[in-house]
Amino acid sequence: MGAIIDNVLVSDKANLEVFSGTLQNLAELDRDIVVVTSDSRGSGKLGPFGQKYPAQIVEIGIAEQNLVGVAAGLASAGKKVFAVSPACFLTARALEQIKNDVAYSDNPVKLIGISAGVSYGALGSTHHSLHDFAVLRAVNNITVVAPADNFETEQAIAQAATSNHPFYLRFGKKVMPALPADIDNSFNFGKGRIIREGKDLTIIGTGETVYPAWQAAEKLEQDYNIQAMVISMHTIKPLDYELLARVAANGNPIITVEEHSVYGGLGEACASFLLQHNYHNPFKIMGIPDEYTVTGSQNEIFNHYGLSESGIADTALKILKQKH
Amino acid sequence: MTPKELALKSIGYRKNILKYIYGANAGHTGGSLSCIDILNVLYNHTLNVGPDNFKSPDRDRYIQSKGHCVEALFVVLADKGFFPESDLETLCRYKSHYIGHPTRKVNGVEQNTGALGHGLPISVGTALAAKMDKKAYRVFTLLGDGELPEGSNWEAALTAAHYKLDNLTAIIDHNKLQITGRTSDVCNTDPIDQKFESFGWAVRHVDGHNFKMLQETLDELPFTEDKPSLIIAHTVKGKGISYMEDELKWHHGVPNKQQFAQAIEELDNAVAAL
Repeated sequence: MGAIIDNVLVSDKANLEVFSGTLQNLAELDRDIVVVTSDSRGSGKLGPFGQKYPAQIVEIGIAEQNLVGVAAGLASAGKKVFAVSPACFLTARALEQIKNDVAYSDNPVKLIGISAGVSYGALGSTHHSLHDFAVLRAVNNITVVAPADNFETEQAIAQAATSNHPFYLRFGKKVMPALPADIDNSFNFGKGRIIREGKDLTIIGTGETVYPAWQAAEKLEQDYNIQAMVISMHTIKPLDYELLARVAANGNPIITVEEHSVYGGLGEACASFLLQHNYHNPFKIMGIPDEYTVTGSQNEIFNHYGLSESGIADTALKILKQKH
Repeated sequence: MTPKELALKSIGYRKNILKYIYGANAGHTGGSLSCIDILNVLYNHTLNVGPDNFKSPDRDRYIQSKGHCVEALFVVLADKGFFPESDLETLCRYKSHYIGHPTRKVNGVEQNTGALGHGLPISVGTALAAKMDKKAYRVFTLLGDGELPEGSNWEAALTAAHYKLDNLTAIIDHNKLQITGRTSDVCNTDPIDQKFESFGWAVRHVDGHNFKMLQETLDELPFTEDKPSLIIAHTVKGKGISYMEDELKWHHGVPNKQQFAQAIEELDNAVAAL
């Protein structure tokens, strides 16, 4: 399954690879596109970029605070900067630089958190980024995005490149199958994308959890004749309140799924909106609980915490049972 | 401008720093007085920047890393015509843009600073952009000696040398005091010159209150081709006001009515002595 964008099939690659490919296309057309890396061009799949556009890549070495500060300086002087570093380090070690030098100063840096969430599963908590949505949601003036599939990744990078404001985009290195685009084949920041319609409940995912959410919805239909709506809420901030209000209006259960701590991310952002607007739908946040995260591959960690086809489907069955 | 003209200007700047800090009942008095002569020479002698070309991509950039001494920056920017001096009567008032650290909401301010250890990395990025674009503008940043322990400075120092940014100049306002005490007692960063030299910078020492020396030193930039330049400006915290000089309590002390009057009197006497 694939999505056709400008006659190019975008499908079944790691979002990281789509990012680097998209950036190469942009760099060819615009010599002000600059990538800044912290010894991360290999893990960012930016080796070919560096070979093709050596004048448009700045190597900082392993120094994330400096990476973001330098990126802000470059951006303030007119460069269209993509600062690329593992999400875990970028959003923790360099948080003050993100807050002050990028967001507060409105320097239009695109912060790219690579190998986000538990992409580096077996490397342990030092290399997990399960806090990035939470901390950046609390920082003013930055758009926070987790594209689900190759199509969303390509669109997110291309659209962010044209913006004069800060962005944080995060994705992983796992091959991501294309999500159905027959209902909504558009991508706009701040607008959730409906992947699947359904009359019984709504599952809202973000980033690499949207695919298992969609798989779970398919399973629910096949095995139980349950119709689950699936949304890719690729933009965590600003959140698509309009869409949330629309899906909440029928009182159906809502499940959120994210590769992030259950604290401070997509789920709590949705819950905050719903509760403050008097929507009292049955509601469940799926994510990584507040504990020493189990280690293993990303798939194993997803399975462990139920962020999988069967785990999400089971949660759906339980929440539907509570409702009736 | 001659050194004497600069000296006269600095006395006026010092009066304004004290006037607006006194009016706001807040401000970083000692550090603003220690760095004001440096800012004076930068804006009135060295930098190719003013209200008329502030939007030009070719302007020189000044980024104040020691953002807390914003009062010094504000009085100089007002004098250069970036905004009416009377705006400073709102210093630190509710909803004023003239807050306790530089923000771009004030015309003439390049970057929002205030958290320490941020000015140098941003300046490195800006200087690097000039090199990439083959532009002739230069980037200057003012650091406090107390912020040198911030690791980000040393990360940026490496990058500046790595990319041979001889269009970048960092100036350290070396007044040797910080909020807790002597910088050498809080976290000894000496020898600063040898540290930066070993990082690949060209370093000069200067008397940060000697206008002629400041002018001559800044005229010689870059000190070495292909190297970033560091000026260690030896200054006195609270400079120009007898009871404030080298006194820790004036880090962010605000003069009372009598102290303010005495300070202005001393500055008036300094004009007469020129």
